[in-house]
Amino acid sequence: MDCVNIIGAGLAGLSAAMTLAKRNIRCRLVSVQSSERAQSVLAEGGINGALDTMGESDDVRFHMEDTLKAGVYLADPEAVRGLAEHAPEVIRMLRDLGVPFNTLENGEIRLRNFGGQKKKRTAYAKSSTGKIIMSAMIDAVRRYEAESRILRMPHHEFLKLALASSAAGTGERICSGAVVRDVWTGEVEVLPGPVILAVGGMNGMFPGMTTGTTANSGDAVAAVFRQGVRLGNMEMIQYHPTTFGIADKRCLVTEAARGEGGRLFIERNGGRWYFMEEKYPEQGNLASRDVISRQMYFVMHDPSCGGQVYLDLTELGKEIWQQRLPDLRKELIHYLALDPAKSPIPVEPGIHYFMGGIEVDVGHQTNIRGLLAAGECCCQYHGANRLGGNSMLGALYGGRVAADSVAEQVMEGIREETAGSEKVGSMNEELRGEEKGNAGEISPELVRQIAVILGDSLGIVRKGEALEEARISLEKLLPQCNNERERNRVYLAQAMVISAELRRESRGAHYRSDYPETEAAMARQTWAEWTSEGVMVQFRQN
Amino acid sequence: MRIEFKILRRDSAETAAWWQGICFETEDENATVASALRKINEAGNLVDTEGRTVKKILWENSCLQKKCGACAMVINGKPRLACDSFLRNYQKKGRGKITLEPLRKFPVIADLMVDRSILFENLKQMQLWSREEVHLTEKQRETAYDASRCLQCGCCLEICPNYLPGESFFGAAGFVPAARLIASLEGEEKQKLQKAYREHVFAGCGKSLACADICPAGIEVERLLVRSNAVAVWKKSLF
Ligand SMILES: Cc1cc2nc3c(=O)[nH]c(=O)nc-3n(C[C@H](O)[C@H](O)[C@H](O)COP(=O)(O)OP(=O)(O)OC[C@H]3O[C@@H](n4cnc5c(N)ncnc54)[C@H](O)[C@@H]3O)c2cc1C
Ligand code: SF4
Ligand code: SF4
Ligand code: FES
Repeated sequence: MDCVNIIGAGLAGLSAAMTLAKRNIRCRLVSVQSSERAQSVLAEGGINGALDTMGESDDVRFHMEDTLKAGVYLADPEAVRGLAEHAPEVIRMLRDLGVPFNTLENGEIRLRNFGGQKKKRTAYAKSSTGKIIMSAMIDAVRRYEAESRILRMPHHEFLKLALASSAAGTGERICSGAVVRDVWTGEVEVLPGPVILAVGGMNGMFPGMTTGTTANSGDAVAAVFRQGVRLGNMEMIQYHPTTFGIADKRCLVTEAARGEGGRLFIERNGGRWYFMEEKYPEQGNLASRDVISRQMYFVMHDPSCGGQVYLDLTELGKEIWQQRLPDLRKELIHYLALDPAKSPIPVEPGIHYFMGGIEVDVGHQTNIRGLLAAGECCCQYHGANRLGGNSMLGALYGGRVAADSVAEQVMEGIREETAGSEKVGSMNEELRGEEKGNAGEISPELVRQIAVILGDSLGIVRKGEALEEARISLEKLLPQCNNERERNRVYLAQAMVISAELRRESRGAHYRSDYPETEAAMARQTWAEWTSEGVMVQFRQN
Repeated sequence: MRIEFKILRRDSAETAAWWQGICFETEDENATVASALRKINEAGNLVDTEGRTVKKILWENSCLQKKCGACAMVINGKPRLACDSFLRNYQKKGRGKITLEPLRKFPVIADLMVDRSILFENLKQMQLWSREEVHLTEKQRETAYDASRCLQCGCCLEICPNYLPGESFFGAAGFVPAARLIASLEGEEKQKLQKAYREHVFAGCGKSLACADICPAGIEVERLLVRSNAVAVWKKSLF
C-alpha cells in the first residue's frame, strides 16, 4: 500500500501528517524524539494572520507586503501570497481544535504587535504559543494514529534517501524512500515511498549559540545535500536581538515583550540611550530583527556606550504580565534572578532561525522528484529575514502544501516509475549493509571546530576575508573526517560560508561590512549544490 | 565546583545495571545536570573515578530550558528535569555528590534513557480529540491553557503512589492533558472522554497530590483535578 514518509514531528511534520490523514492517505511519522520534545514547543510569541480583528483594516495584501519587505525581496511572491492568504484559515483551524488563543471581549482572536509589521497581526496564547498549539496538534494527529492512518515511528533517525533511477531511462534519480535507523536498537530500515523532510533548523551546527534545540542537528539536511538535493540561501541566518545565555544555550526573550511595549537601551554619557527609537523613529523597538540586531552590534561596539544593551519592561502593566506574558516573567526570574517588572534585563543577539535550507518550489517539491521539504529545514517564505510569527505559520501551511503536492502530483508518478522495479529491493539490502557498517557518529571535537569557524565568520557583521579564511579552514577539516556523516557536516558548513562569500552585498540578515549596500542585481537566491568537485554555489538564474 | 556523579548505568534492558562514578568540574555557576552530562559526553576520552575509559552516557535531552520534558530522570532520589537542576544547589564549599538514575516506572532502554511511549498510549485510550469545532468559554480557555502545558515528562508518575505500569490508572500525565477538552467536548465524544476519565483517573487517584509538588512545569494539578472531577464525576460545571 502507498505510504508517505514524513520525517520530523514538529509543527510542519504534524501538519503534513494531518493533511494526508484527512485525505485518507497513509503516512509514517518518523522522528528521533516524540513531538513533545520538538523545537516547535519553544515558540513563544505567536503566529501571524491578517484576521483583522483589531479594527486596523488589516488585509492579506499587507501581510504579504510586510513579509516580502522584511525578507528584502528574496522570497518567492507567489509562495508568500499563498502563505498570507491561507494564514487566517490556519489560525481558525487551530482555534477549532481548541487552541486557547487570547481573545477580545467579543470573543474574536486578539492580535498583538510583532516586529516588522505595521498592523497587529499576531495571534497568541499568552507567551507559550508554540507549546499550546503543539498540544492541540499532537492530540488531533493522535486521533488518526488510533485509526491507523498515521503510523508513528518515534526514536527513528533519518540517515539518507533511497534513490532509484527513473524507469523512463532518462537518467533522472527519483527519491524512492528513506533510510532510517532505530536509535534504541541500531536497526536500519528502508521505508519505501515519497519523503517529506520536516527536520527543523540546523541548530546543531552552532552548539551553545542558538535559541533552538541542537537535537535538530542539521545532519539530515547535510545527508541529502550530499545526495544531490539543492539548498537555497544558506547564508541567511537570523540573529534574534533579545536573548540571554543559560547553560549550553541561548534563551529567548520573545519579541512580544517589545510588542507589548518593551524598550531597548544602552548606557551613554551616564544616561539611557533608546537607540532604536532615535535611529528608527517610525518602527523603533519593533523594527525587523535583522535591523535591531545589527544596531545592537554597532552600539555594543561603540566605545562611547556602556557595552551592554538592556530591555526595559518595567513600564508594562499588571494585566500584560498576567494575561499576555506570564511565562516570560517566571522564566526571567528563574534564570536571571531579575524581575522584569522591576528592573531592565541584559540582552544580546543570538542565532534564532535559518531562513535558508532545502530549496523548494511553491508546492514544496525539491529538485529531486519524490522528495519534498517543509518547515524550518526548507528555504521558503522568509527570504533574507523572517518576520516573527511567520515561521509557525510557514511550518503549518508548508506542511499542508507539501502533503497536498504529494497527494496530487507525486504519488502517481513515483509509483509508476519505481514500483515493481527489482532495483528497489536489492538496493535496500545494499543500503542496509552500508549504513550498519557506518553508523557514523560525529566526533564532538569536529562539532566544536566547525562551530568555532562558523561562529567567527557568520556573525551579524561579515567580511570577505573572514569568510575566505573560514572556507579554507573547513577544507582542511575534510581529510581529518572519519566517516561520511562528518564529511557531510563539513560540506554543509561550506555551503553556508561559500554562499555568504558569494553574496557580495548586504541584504536582510546578511550584512557585509565590505559590501554594505543592497544590490538590485542580487535580489536572487543563492543555490548550493554538491558535486564530485565539492560544494558549488551560484545565484539562481531566473 | 567539583561534582562527583554516581550514575546508574545499563547497556540494555536485558543486562544488569551498575553504578559508575564520574567526576565533573566547572566554573559555571549556572551549570545544570543537563549541561554537565553534555560536557561529560563531549570529552574525547571519558574516564570514570577509577580511571577506566567508559562509554558515553545515554540520555535524552532537547530544549535545555525545561520546556520539552525530554531530560526527566531521578536525581538524588527525586524525579526532576536535568536541565532544571542547578549543580550549585547540590554542593557545599564547591564540592558535591549527585546520583543519577533513570525514571523507574518506565522500561529502561539504556543508561538514563527510558521508553515513555505508555504516556502516549494512555492518551490515545482517553480519545482526547474532537471531530467537531471546539468552542471554549473564558474559564475553559484558562484551563485548556494550563492543561496544554503538560510536558509529558513522566515525573508525576514516578512519584505517584497509585501509578503502577501496566495497570489501568493513568495518573497526572493522563488527567492534566485531559482537562484540555473534558468540559468542552460535546455529545458522544464527551461521554467517551468522561467515562475514560472515571475509569483511568477518578477510580485510581488517592488525591495525595504528590504529583502537584513534583510537576516541573508548575502546573496547578489540583485545580485541574477538581474541575475535571466536577464535570466527569459529579456532573457539575465549575467552568
Ligand atoms: C525559542 C524560540 C521561540 C520561537 N518563537 C516563535 C514564535 O513566536 N512564532 C513563530 O512563528 N516561530 C517561532 N519560533 C520558530 C518556530 O518555532 C520554528 O521555526 C518552527 O516551530 C519549526 O517547526 P518545524 O516543524 O520545522 O521543526 P521542529 O519543531 O524543530 O521539528 C523538527 C522535527 O524533526 C525531528 N528530526 C530532526 N532531525 C531528524 C532526523 N535526522 N531524523 C528524524 N527526525 C529528525 C525532530 O525530532 C523533530 O520532531 C521560535 C523558535 C524558538 C527556538
Ligand atoms: S493525586 Fe496522588 S494518586 Fe492522584 S495522580 Fe497525583 S500523586 Fe497520583
Ligand atoms: S503533569 Fe507535570 S509532571 Fe506530569 S507529565 Fe505533565 S508536566 Fe510532567
Ligand atoms: S531538555 Fe527539555 S526539559 Fe530538559
